[in-house]
Amino acid sequence: MQSGSAGRSLAATLDNDLVTISIGIDLTSADAVSASLEAHGTRYLERVYTVRERRECAQPSGHADPGRLAARFAAKEATMKALGRDDEPIPWTSIGVSSDEAGRPSIELTGLAAALARRRGVEELAVSLTHEGQFAAAVVVANVRERI
Amino acid sequence: MSERMHAEIRRVLRDHARLPVDPDTLDDSADLFQAGMTSHASVNVMLALEDAFDVEFPDRMLKRSVFESVDGIAGALRELEVEAV
Repeated sequence: MQSGSAGRSLAATLDNDLVTISIGIDLTSADAVSASLEAHGTRYLERVYTVRERRECAQPSGHADPGRLAARFAAKEATMKALGRDDEPIPWTSIGVSSDEAGRPSIELTGLAAALARRRGVEELAVSLTHEGQFAAAVVVANVRERI
Repeated sequence: MSERMHAEIRRVLRDHARLPVDPDTLDDSADLFQAGMTSHASVNVMLALEDAFDVEFPDRMLKRSVFESVDGIAGALRELEVEAV
């Protein structure tokens, strides 16, 4: 989806810090992911998805599942919005989306994405994924603490 | 040389940016995201540019301003010392 600003609201003070919630959302087409896999193959997978994401999105046949990849791409973009990204460089692989044994997704930041989160005062991220037909969507909520 | 670079960038945009408008109708400084390029399409544009110009965009260039216009892309390619197509 086109980039957009994250919404911020629900401000509160806690121990003399300003605590806010920042939200990001994104929608990604599985058809677009399929086209990328066809056009760029392994380079597309390796530049965008972590090793764990590629493993978790592999079908029994070994081929990547475009729908699951689309959900993860949407989560990466939603995370960038929730982090309040302006023009900072953020490799897609520095935002990892994984699922626990119960299927609950979570976000793990590394490298430049983790550094931006620290600068923004992001203490915690929560993510929700969904997909229907060819579209996958993700919402990410960031818990932000700023010194006042 | 610059004209050839810009022409090749526009060819990549036509083939990979999934824009709802013909890239040739946009100015070099026009915002491609505002014109309808999705963030996912920008990945395809990046990979196709790497193929076309035999470069690899480093992490420090993976930001909105590099891929938001023909001028932004050309500036990044010049920084990567792409001399010709």
